[in-house]
Amino acid sequence: MELQIDDSVLVRDYMSGDERALEILIGKHNQRLSSFIYSKVLDRTITEDIFQDTFIKVIKTLKRGSYSEEGKFLPWVMRIAHNLIIDHFRKTRRMPKFEGSDDFNIFSVIGDDRLNAEKQLIKDQIDCDLGVLIQELPDDQKEVLVMRIYKDMSFKEISENTDVSINTALGRMRYALINLRKIIEKKNIVLTS
Amino acid sequence: MAQIYSENTDKCKLVKTSDETVKFLLSYSRSLNIVKHEGMTFENNLN
Repeated sequence: MELQIDDSVLVRDYMSGDERALEILIGKHNQRLSSFIYSKVLDRTITEDIFQDTFIKVIKTLKRGSYSEEGKFLPWVMRIAHNLIIDHFRKTRRMPKFEGSDDFNIFSVIGDDRLNAEKQLIKDQIDCDLGVLIQELPDDQKEVLVMRIYKDMSFKEISENTDVSINTALGRMRYALINLRKIIEKKNIVLTS
Repeated sequence: MAQIYSENTDKCKLVKTSDETVKFLLSYSRSLNIVKHEGMTFENNLN
């Protein structure tokens, strides 16, 4: 049978420098205090945090010698934990946090649409390769393609700038793309990420 | 001979603070040194 030492004895021993007494005290009340905190916050990580902060306060008070054995040790510790739980909820109310649940994840609605580092590298490489391939196109087709894709000009603007009709500009663009595909095929290049 | 295939189905674990936290607290307690001098309290963390 395990010998249960009274809390007041353990507290007195700890205050007189016996570190082992603290270990016994924590071990003795660990489950009860953790369950109490967990029943309020319903989160294991927060429970651990509050448990830790509670005992830090306990340790400081006992080491300072400002603890007086008026009541019982456990209700005193529970009171500290209770106050820290209230502090926790005050803090989270000021800074509401939404974490979602199993069937709804906020990150499925909002997301970062930027490419990751690897995909960005691949994209840069493809853009660079494509730039070289475009140089192989006939000048009139290259001009239209550059204006349309890189300068984001409309076909109307392209036709005005190159002194050709819109239909000619459209035709040149079409041939530019066809020829580009042919060059890619001929050189056996894979331009996909 | 008949064998008993039942296994321990008690998967319900009681909430208990991890050993790491307990170890941290014990180390914290060992490293904390509080000195009182002329009505003032000094906290030293001997880490």
